[in-house]
Parts: sequence; structure tokens; C-alpha cells
Amino acid sequence: MPNKPFAITLKPGTSLANLTGTWRTERPVYLDRLPPCNNACPAGENIQGWLFHAESGDYEQAWRVLIADNPFPAIMGRVCYHPCEGACNRGQLDSAVGINSVERFLGDEAIKRGWKFDKPGTQSGKRVLVVGAGPSGLSAAYHLARLGHSVEIHDAGPLSGGMMRFGIPKYRLPREVLDAEVVRILELGITLKLNTKVANIEDSMRAGNFDAAFLAVGAHIGKRAYIPAGDAARIVDAVSVLRSMEGEDKPMLGRRVVVYGGGNTAIDVARTAKRLGATETIIVYRRTREKMPAHDFEVEEALQEGIMIKWLSTIKHAGEHNLTLEKMALDDKGFPQPTGEFETMEADSLVLALGQDVDLSLLEGVSGLEIKDGVVQVGSNMMTGHQGIFAGGDMVPSERTVTVGVGHGKKAARYIDAWLRGTAYEPAAKHEPADFKQLNTWYYSDAPKTMRPMLDAIRRQTSFDEVQGGLNETNALFEARRCLSCGNCFECDNCYGVCPDNAVIKLGPGKRFLFNYDYCKGCGMCVAECPCGAIKMVAEEI
Amino acid sequence: MSFQPVKFYQTGTFTVGNRLLAPDERSVQASEMRSNSINSGHRACQGCGEALGARYAIDAAMAESNGQLIAANATGCLEVFSTPYPESSWQVPWIHSLFGNAPAVATGIAAAMKVKGRHDVRVVAQGGDGGTTDIGFGCLSGMFERNDDVLYICYDNEAYMNTGVQRSSATPPTARTATTMPVGPEPGNVFGQGKNVPEIAMAHNIPYVATATVADLRDLEYKVRKAVNIRGARYIHLFVPCPLGWGSASHDTIRLARLAKETGMFPVFEAEHGEVTSVLKIRRQVPIEEYLKPQKRFAHLFGKHAHPELVARLQAIADRHIRKYGLLEEGDN
Amino acid sequence: MLKQTEGSKAVAEAVALCRPEVICAYPISPQTHIVEALGEMVKAGELTPCEFINVESEFAAMSVAIGSSAAGARSYTATASQGLLFMVEAVYNASGLGLPIVMTVANRAIGAPINIWNDHSDSLSQRDSGWMQLFAETNQEAVDLHIQAFRLAEELSMPVMVCMDGFILTHAFERVDIPSQEQVDAYLPPFDPRQVLDPKEPISIGAMVGPEAFMEVKYLAHAKQMQALELIPQLAAEFKQTFGRDSGGLVRTYRADDAETMIVAMGSVLGTIKDVVDEMRAEGHKIGVLGIISYRPFPLAQVRAALLNCKRFVVLEKSLAVGMGGIVATDVRMAVTGTGLRGFTAIAGLGGRSIPKASLHKLFRQAEKEELEPVTFVDLDWDAVNKQLERERQNRHSGPIAENILHDKGIVSAKFG
Repeated sequence: MPNKPFAITLKPGTSLANLTGTWRTERPVYLDRLPPCNNACPAGENIQGWLFHAESGDYEQAWRVLIADNPFPAIMGRVCYHPCEGACNRGQLDSAVGINSVERFLGDEAIKRGWKFDKPGTQSGKRVLVVGAGPSGLSAAYHLARLGHSVEIHDAGPLSGGMMRFGIPKYRLPREVLDAEVVRILELGITLKLNTKVANIEDSMRAGNFDAAFLAVGAHIGKRAYIPAGDAARIVDAVSVLRSMEGEDKPMLGRRVVVYGGGNTAIDVARTAKRLGATETIIVYRRTREKMPAHDFEVEEALQEGIMIKWLSTIKHAGEHNLTLEKMALDDKGFPQPTGEFETMEADSLVLALGQDVDLSLLEGVSGLEIKDGVVQVGSNMMTGHQGIFAGGDMVPSERTVTVGVGHGKKAARYIDAWLRGTAYEPAAKHEPADFKQLNTWYYSDAPKTMRPMLDAIRRQTSFDEVQGGLNETNALFEARRCLSCGNCFECDNCYGVCPDNAVIKLGPGKRFLFNYDYCKGCGMCVAECPCGAIKMVAEEI
Repeated sequence: MSFQPVKFYQTGTFTVGNRLLAPDERSVQASEMRSNSINSGHRACQGCGEALGARYAIDAAMAESNGQLIAANATGCLEVFSTPYPESSWQVPWIHSLFGNAPAVATGIAAAMKVKGRHDVRVVAQGGDGGTTDIGFGCLSGMFERNDDVLYICYDNEAYMNTGVQRSSATPPTARTATTMPVGPEPGNVFGQGKNVPEIAMAHNIPYVATATVADLRDLEYKVRKAVNIRGARYIHLFVPCPLGWGSASHDTIRLARLAKETGMFPVFEAEHGEVTSVLKIRRQVPIEEYLKPQKRFAHLFGKHAHPELVARLQAIADRHIRKYGLLEEGDN
Repeated sequence: MLKQTEGSKAVAEAVALCRPEVICAYPISPQTHIVEALGEMVKAGELTPCEFINVESEFAAMSVAIGSSAAGARSYTATASQGLLFMVEAVYNASGLGLPIVMTVANRAIGAPINIWNDHSDSLSQRDSGWMQLFAETNQEAVDLHIQAFRLAEELSMPVMVCMDGFILTHAFERVDIPSQEQVDAYLPPFDPRQVLDPKEPISIGAMVGPEAFMEVKYLAHAKQMQALELIPQLAAEFKQTFGRDSGGLVRTYRADDAETMIVAMGSVLGTIKDVVDEMRAEGHKIGVLGIISYRPFPLAQVRAALLNCKRFVVLEKSLAVGMGGIVATDVRMAVTGTGLRGFTAIAGLGGRSIPKASLHKLFRQAEKEELEPVTFVDLDWDAVNKQLERERQNRHSGPIAENILHDKGIVSAKFG
């Protein structure tokens, strides 16, 4: 610009020579924080991660991120009690994101579209025996197979799925969904041997030349409480009832069925009895609704279907057509105490839903094991006291849910893999948590949760059709987009936009952003205006 | 509504961008191709609302005019921090003449473009509140009255910041400035009649008048784009918090602009030919204290020697704006 | 084309021939007729393409011109007196930014007391504004100087004021030769700005310049005016070639060859002075005239050369540096530094006070005899002045001066007495 007037006329954009980054005392840095949903997921799913892809309508990619941790999205979307939603930060804003319903949508979409798992890569040459084709065993088998190991599953039962088939009624989990997701796992090249009870684990391992074993036999033995009963009294346990639902001969429970217990199994069996034709189904529980371990939504659904619940009552005696109940009262600590008041209730059958025990016979004679409270103790690496034998699911100390079992399977698979390779598995350090207070919720659209359709209550009393419907593509997308993406950049461009110094470099779709510290003055606006708390200020080193 | 917001895409149109939006629904600021009309290296304070607002506005004008833009600038922070010899931050043709004549200089540029048949070139004049509502007011009114083909943008940070935070006719009541100190029985700026330049602009019946804040980027870009396409005199009054002059944290600039709007203290609306045609509704109404407390210029209203009666009068101003412009959704009241 | 026309109308026609693209108009006497005439030409479509803008103040007038000039349009405005003062900030700015604006100043006194008549106080107050100032002696010269002014301004990229005496020239009907469009086009090429606001090649005009470069910027403005000292005679010579008459230049002498006494002046009063000089020459006085056309840049060398052979000179000026004396005289004395020449200052014609030949005869004869005070106030009513001074000595609350003087002269007493 030699001919322009000196000094008063300047070349455009030349302020780049002035590096204002030197003004800074604090610098912004991008980080990923741990979203509460991910943190709460027993299966260790990267929920925020798969919702991210669902948000853009890339359901297959969402599904692929999901199945990296959990091979059962369609099942999870039906039976998981979704602690993720309880932890969801959006719950503090309006209502939690319907993570479970989106998961189900993805699972169903995968079945509908026939999406398959990627075939495992390099084979390790190691063989792993998985005992039990329930959620935990299948999960472990799936992950082990993907890690390149040869896996064989032995299950004592006639069909795969374990408690997913023999414990969860089909109105909650249609069997074609279960079958589809199990078959897809087996297609990885896993051998499943049904009706193959492992009598002794060490023998089976030796016989099959296995290098390691993962035991997940579940807890299938219904607990019996001692109830004085007449000879003609019909008393059955809940797991047997639910198991027999899968066979040719449906259980005969009569017209008036009493279920004893307060857990989810009690609810399941009561609702099953109703569907089998019982005119009256009554749950007897010794405490109150507030104290009931069953999930409230399941209690609610049961009540909608006409199930009755007798609170604060224990069963003292069972006769042929009636039961004697004692009324209870809660003491100061919330424990039920007998009152000495009795009443009689008519009943054709009594179903005990008082919890389940584990059949540990396969471990007899195995050295180094520790059995406590009827379950096998495992270390943080899911290995029992016996080298090479790992265990998970309901047979180890834990909350007995499908999702926890699936999580055990994944975790065990990683440690088994390391053990087989003679290395140590070091789980990645957890990111710092993404709290609600780090979010700038102004930036999210107001959007109430999408409710899933429910089957009409009358039909629910007579049919085993699935009670809860799924979302369609439109509302699944809507629900996915309710995700706040806590602690993880979702490329909203806010930092790029709000920087008064143009000191944020946009790297393009999927590549996020970089700070240009040559010009960043450290005002902190990007941090304050980041919706999801994915930037923080750190002091400059002097 | 003043613009058609995207109802729901995780963030809708609240964020700067959104990977889920179609390209034509994205803000200018979201684009890697935005013109960065004010380049990095400018000497504005940390968290400067004016630097941000000016880039928002001029980038939008650049996008809408396909880069055919010339800007005139009044003396003030924006001029000083952007063009100290030997470096300029501007990437658009730009001229600074005087404190009080930016509207007239822009009129001259527009006349030159017209006479040269350059109908594609759009002309923007810009200044702070001092340059607009005080010293440049005569030229501004003249430009309006002649309906010259100029878009004037006032970056309102409610005082003379460049000279060290003195009161302007845009300074709100009770605010501390270097010339309205928080002493005596009525501390801070007086409760005057105020000089509402957007309404005065409307009284000129010019084709377009709008207010906006740096907290509502999409609304701002909509208004700038709309204004660029209108021939004649146009006025946009853009609310830009000043961390230095307001005694606020540098990271609170956008938040304060948002609170100014959400309290009703700064009504956001647009008007055509003297009539209000739309308002940006309050989304989450908050009491005036939430806006005042993060600012040291209002610190004397709170604490040990608090002045709740003055806070109440400020709330009354916000309430009057809410009534006058209908800032709450139907049924909110 | 020769015509009998009003000075303002002639200037308007000359400006129109220069094809201005933006004209800013704000009414202030006595320049109003110029912009009125231009406005009519634009509205009638005779002057096109041109934007005629009725601005809201002189400050806006100059500011609009700054904008239009910076955007590459040939820009013109006219003002006078209070109007010039009202736009002062923009006047300095236009030159500081190097914008070749041409502005007519229809010279008029500055108030208070408010006064609409002619003197040179207004332009001279802008002596240091960085604008070049050319003073017209006649309406013909006013026409010609406008045409030269656009050339000068645009070649140097600096603004030019063409100064013509208010009423005395602007409102006088005289014979004027208005050149043809072809002639003007041949002389004045289209405006090729040195810098221009253009989206194709963005620049930032009007940077803040600190101590590290401010002096250089100011020196460069000075250097421009020094260049103008060479350019102005060249443009006048070229003008003569195209239009066939002498007009413009830096200075012009009259009957100066053997003059012992030289009268130095600017503007229309030179006509009266020449008449008096003719009469005195007829009587054998060795007296001559030096007219200064270019007040800024001030042609020190040419003034010195023109005065070197005389014995004494009188600077007769329509301006007063209160507390000092002459304004032009100071510059002229600077030009003759070291010559030992005797110089006198005569302040005349302030606020439109007429300068009759008799007064000049008296003044020049006193000058020949070197009987003048260093500063003479021509035709000052000493009686009125002394009465007021006496009143003020006696009474602190002596009342308004102007009213008192009028009272003394019997004007107010007749009406209100």
C-alpha cells in the first residue's frame, strides 16, 4: 500500500501482528467430563456418546457406539431400570431424557434393518468357557469373541437367555426380540451348548481345553419361607411359575392367586397370573409401598391392571383354599413388627416371590474359592479366588438386574482378555463428573419428555402383548435431541461464536475446536457460554 | 416473533451454531467462512461486548451484502481498539472521521455509491452510545430525516467508556460512572426522562428500527440481514455490556445482556415505519436484582447501605417496558 | 461564454462544469445563492450524475463531503462565517485524512456581534487547518479558481477553500466568461482518488496515530502545501493555455516595477486599491500593488521577491488578530525578514465596513511618508470607542457595548431613547 496516506490509512486485518494472548492470566481448555448417565449405567454404556449420533439421525452409528459396551439394546430398552435417567441432569431442568426409549428404538431399528456386529479381528488362539447363557454370560461371550477369543457357552436350560427368558414375562420382553439379539451374538462364531449342565467346572475346562472360564449361572432357585401349610395347600415359587410360562404346560394357579413378596419378581408373577385368567391376584407384602423394593412404575402398571396389594401383612398359615395373615406395623426403624391381629384370605394358590438362591454345585471342590451369603466372592477384576475362573451376574454379590449382569460380562471379558494375554487391564481413568451447575441450560430448547405409548389396561389383563410401546423415528429423534450432552462438546459453535477475539478455531464437522492462544485474552466467555460444560479455565503458569 | 426460531434441534436457535441444522438455518457466526470483519489482535478489553457485537453485526451485514459493504465509524472504544497505527483490525473498507459525524460520513459514502451506480454496496455507520445518543445525535437525526440509505448501528454500553466511564444520555438511573458517583442521598445517575433513541428513531418514521443484544445472536443476525436489504435509513440499537465500565466479570458479558433482556430492562423489538412490528418475548423472567447484582456500578444499591427503594424504581422501569412492549408470552401475566 | 451574471450564479455554473458528484448544502448567507443554483441544476437534471444533499448543519455538510470524497466521489460544499466555524472539527479532519474536497467560502465576519457582512475572519481562522486557501479578486477569478481548485486538490489529495468576498463578489452582477464544458473537461480529468473506500480493496482510513508517527503525518501535510507552491503556478499557466486568460497563481503584482510603496492585499478590495493606485500614479506617486491569491500555502519567496525593490509596504487586510494586529501582515513580514523593509498593517473593512477610496488615499499617502502607526484601524470611530472605554473606566456595570455605541451614534436613542 505504498501510495496510500502515511499512518492514517492502514492495511486491513493487520492487527494480527498484535498477539493479545500475552494479556492472559487464565486459559480456557477443552475437556470431556463424565456425563451422569454414563456414570450411572451398570453396563458402562457411553450413553451421551450414542445419543450424539442418534441426534443427527445416524442411528446405525449410534447403535454401533452403543453395542461397543452392550450387545442388547432392544432388550435393555425394555427391561433396564435405567438408572441413567435417574441421574440425568435434564431431570433438574424439566424431565430426564428418555434414554431407555431411544435405546429400545435403536435396538428395534437394528433388528428391523438387520445390522450385524463387526466380525472379530485377529484370533488369540485362547479358549474361554462361559457357563450360563443369561445376560452376563452372553455379554461376556460377546466381548470375549470380539477380543479375538474362542468362546463356548454351556447352559443347563433348554433355551438361551437365562432370566431374560425364564424370569421376565414376555409382555415386558417379547421373545422374538430376545432371540434376535442372542442370535446376533452367536453369529460372532460362539458355540452355544444348551441342556449342558456343568457339573464341575474344573472337569469341564479340562475336557474342553479351556484357558479360562466365566461363570454366570444366575440365581434360579426360589427361596422358600417356612409357612405351616395344610397338605392340600398349593404353594409354588415365582421363578418356577415364570419358567414354566416358557414351556408347553402353563402353570395352573386357579382363580384367586396370592403372591407373597415385594420385589419386581412378585409384580411380574402377579401380572402373569392375571393374564393367565386369575380373577383376583393379590400381592401380600409385609411393609408399605414406600418400602417396597419393586420399581414404582411396575407397581403402578400392576395396579392399573387390577392387581391388588395387601400391605403390612405376613402369611402365617396356608390352607387348601385360604390363608391366615397377620397384620404388621412398622417400628421406629421402619421394620415390620407383628401385631397379633390375624385375618383370613381366600386363595387357590400361593406364589412365593421371596428372592432366589444360586446353584453353586458346579464349584464343588474348586480350590481357593470364597463363598459368602450363598454367592461367590470375586475381586475387582471379577476373578474368583481360583486363577482363571471368573464370575459375574446374580451369582456374585450385586444388585440382581439384567443390566448389572451385562456390565459384569463386559468387565470380566476385559480382565479375562488381559489375564489370557498375561497383561494387566487398566481401566481408563474416569473423567471428572459433569455436574448440572457446569451447564448453561439457557441454550437448550424447552422440550418435555416424550411418553411411550402404553397398551390399553383391559387388553393388558388378558394378553401377553407387550405393554409398553416404542417410539417412532420422529419422537425417538426428538427424545435423543433432548440430551444436554453434559460435559461433552456437541459442536454448537458457541465458543467459536462468543469469543470477542476470534481466538477459537473451528476444525469442521466432527473435529471440534481449538483455541488460538496467540490471541485468546482469557476472558472466559467461552466457558460461561458453553452449554454443556466442556471447557474450563486453568491458571496460566508463570 | 421477530424471526422464525428453529423450534427444536437440541438447542434450537439459542446457540451460535448447531451441527444438526441445515446450512441455511445456521448463523453467520457459526460459519468457518464468516468474514471476521474485526480481526484478532484488536485491543479491546477482555470480554468486550462491543468487539463481539460489532463482529456479529458487521459479519452479518457482510454475509447479506455478499461482501459489498463500507463502514463509517464514530470515535470511541471501537475505533481506538481496532485501528491504532500501524495495525487495523478491520477487514472491511472502513473510515473513522470524528466522534459526532459518523451518520453524516455514511450519508456521504452512500451518496457516492449512488452516484457511481454501485447499488450493490451497502453502507453501515456505527458508534457507541455517546457518539450516537449525545454528540452524534444531530447528524443521526438528519440522516434519519433525509432517509439516507444508511444502516446505523449503535453499540450501547451505557456510558463513555473510552474516556474513563463518564455518564452519557444512555446511562441508566442509579448507575455509578465517573461523573455520577455513588455518593449523597441519591447515589449514582439520576432518574431522568431518559433518551430512548430507538423510539426517537421510530418518531422519524424511518423504514426500520430494531433493538438487539449480544446475547441473542440469531435475533441480531436476522435484524441486521433484514436491515441490509431495506433501502433508506435504518437503525439498530445493540446492547453490549462493558466489563470495565460496569465492573462485571469478563465472562459475564453475554449473561448480563441476557439478563437485561430477561428482566425487561432492555426491551428487544423491531419497528417498521414507526410502528412496533415484533418483540422478542422474555423466556425466563427474573427480578431486576439478578441483573444488577453482578455489576459493581450498582453495588451501592445493595449491601450495608442498601437502597431498596431505588431497586424498586428500576424494577418499575423494567415492568413498564414489559407492559408497554408486551414482553411476556400471552398468559404469563 | 460571456454573460452578465451574479457572482454566486457564475460560481455555481463553474462548479457544475467541474462535474461534482456530491454537493452538500446548508444555508448560510452569503453563500446560499451558490448552492441554491446548484440544487436547481441537479433537480432539473442538468447536473448529473450528482447527489445534492440538504444536510442539517455545516458540520454535517463537511462530514458528508468527507464520506463521499473518501468513497471516491468529487465532493463540493460551500459555507461562510459561523458555518465554517461550526464545521471546524470536520474541516481539520478532511485535510488530516487527505481528502480533496473543494469548498467555497463566501467570506463573512464572525460574531458576536452577529454580522452577515464581509471580511476575511472566517477563512483566516482556518489558516492552520491544513486546507489550501485561494482568494478571488473578481467574479471571473472566482469562476476560474474553482476549476483550478479541483485540479489542485485532486493532484495533491488535499482540500482547497476558494475564498470570495461575501456580497461584494457573491451578490455582485458582473460580466463573466463562463467556459465551455469541453474546455473544463480538457483541463480537469475525472477524479482518480489516491485512496478510496472500496469493497474490492478494503483499507482502514482514519487510524489513531500516536506520538511515533503524528509529526510525520503533519509534516507530510506541510510538504503537500510546499508542493502546491510549485503546482499552483503550473496550473495557472496550463489554465491560460486552455482558457486564454491569466487567473490564479500564487501572487499578482500591479504597477510594481518602480514602486517605492507597495500595497499588499487579498480579495476584491484589490480592485479599489488598484483604482487608488492608478489615481496616485497619475499624480506621480511611486506606488504599486501586490495581490496574494494563495494564502495557504503562503508564497513566502514570491512575496519577498515582489517587495524586494520597494522601500515600504502596507498590508491592508480585512481581518484582525485580536491582541496582536494583522494576520496576513504577520506572514508578509515573515517573507521580508532581513530586508530592512518598513511594513505597516492596516485593518480595514471588518464586518462589511466600506473601504472608500478617500480613506485609502489618505492611508497610502501617510504610508509614503511613513507616518503610520505599526497597526492602523482604517476609519475607526475613535469617538465611539473612547466614550465606551471611558464609561467602562467609570462604571463596572456599564452596559452592553454595541448598544452603547449605537446610542452614542444616536441610532438607538431615536428608536427607543
